[in-house]
Amino acid sequence: MAKELGLHSWRELALGAAILTPGSASELKTGDWRSSRPVVDYEKCVKCGRCYILCPDMVYSPREDGYYELNYYYCKGCGICAQECPKDAIEMVEEGE
Amino acid sequence: MGRRVGMEVSIAAAEAVALVDVDVVAAYPITPQTHIVEHLSELVANGHLDAEFVPVESEHSAMSVCVGAAAAGARTFTSTSAQGYALMVEICYIASSMRLPIVMAVVNRALSAPISIWNDHADMMLARDTGWIQTVAENGQEVVDLLIHAYRVAEDHRVLLPVIVNFDGFILSHVIEPIELPSKEEVQKYLPPYKPLLRLDPKNPVTMGPVGVPEIYTEAKKAQDEALKNSKKVIIEAWDEFTKHFGRTYRPVETYKCEDAEIILVMMGSIAETAMRAVDSMRARGKKVGIARIRLFRPFPVEELVSVLKNARIVAVLDRALGFNGHVGPLCAEVKSVLFDHGLTPYVWNYIAGLGGRDVTVENFTEMVDMVEAKAAKKEPMGYEIINVRE
Repeated sequence: MAKELGLHSWRELALGAAILTPGSASELKTGDWRSSRPVVDYEKCVKCGRCYILCPDMVYSPREDGYYELNYYYCKGCGICAQECPKDAIEMVEEGE
Repeated sequence: MGRRVGMEVSIAAAEAVALVDVDVVAAYPITPQTHIVEHLSELVANGHLDAEFVPVESEHSAMSVCVGAAAAGARTFTSTSAQGYALMVEICYIASSMRLPIVMAVVNRALSAPISIWNDHADMMLARDTGWIQTVAENGQEVVDLLIHAYRVAEDHRVLLPVIVNFDGFILSHVIEPIELPSKEEVQKYLPPYKPLLRLDPKNPVTMGPVGVPEIYTEAKKAQDEALKNSKKVIIEAWDEFTKHFGRTYRPVETYKCEDAEIILVMMGSIAETAMRAVDSMRARGKKVGIARIRLFRPFPVEELVSVLKNARIVAVLDRALGFNGHVGPLCAEVKSVLFDHGLTPYVWNYIAGLGGRDVTVENFTEMVDMVEAKAAKKEPMGYEIINVRE
């Protein structure tokens, strides 16, 4: 799990915990502390892409069929996508349920 | 060889910094600052030192400039004391965490209130846990030597940590002593040019000092802690090399007449030179007294201290700062921890002396030894007391 989250041994950290690769924040999967997650009802979805545009992280990415796929490793559960969805196709479901 | 001259120790410290050919000096020039940075500004202004002198608006900014300059790959220096050091401490933690080889002279002075510009070790104890390597000088020559040594240690790729050279305010900083300054060529033979392992470079962008989320912070601190622990062998190695180049020898703990000593005094700084005279007079009266002087304060010289103290019947630790914890002074707490960890059980008493510029005399030391012997004989519960205090 640690490696999957982009975490390594202290021995592998760069000097002073510096980041040597620019733009590498996406390698750090940080969505492990949300209390609720967005669940999409693809029956209601009209492929408008507001969730993709308004997500402050990078949870949503476009699929070839025009729908949007979720990557929960980045999701903090802020609920902006559910709030902004014009078709109420996204529901925030409490984690653990 | 270099020249031997009578020189104010602060001026000599500045000359040593000029000899290592620093690139950037950042300093706040007002009290509690000393002549060190004043003289460096003269050397830069007169063209004797090709460096950037940045007169900043506070010690907080002085260390911030050093952090930025060191991150860009410059050899840097600053100096401070007491309240200025207190203001600087926030950035001191950042310098060590970012593994920047900044060198600083800390001229040890008391912390206010009451307002004091005189010597004690309150400021050293304030910043004892900032993650810097720290050495302590007892005289002017040692200030020069330890500053040159500091750069060699700090910039070694096996270390890459900032280094403080501590020395006593007024007692050392403002007195004239005979000092042998090496030539620039001699210093260059001992100290190679600084080659940063990592630096800010637009062609090869890196992020230094980023956020450390809970998943990273512990590992970052573990790496820093290991670096500090591992620095000791490089510190000793650099002292060995120093002896080869300049003839003078330094050790993490230096002893005076400890070989057969039953009573050992433990202390740091210039006060040890007074204590040595006291030991001579006590030895003449047949008392087996010795001194263990802490030369390397961080990382703490555990093994060296054990090998010195292992046969002592009585240990008296002299602190020049209060612990304000109600039971022990800061140096004594660490000495006791070392003794306990190694199963050593001498009688330990803690004297607090020389606060805020109060003189500690040869007679004070003989009294301290007499008193600690009496306490040990009576098996008085171990503790601490401030000496030389008027009732």
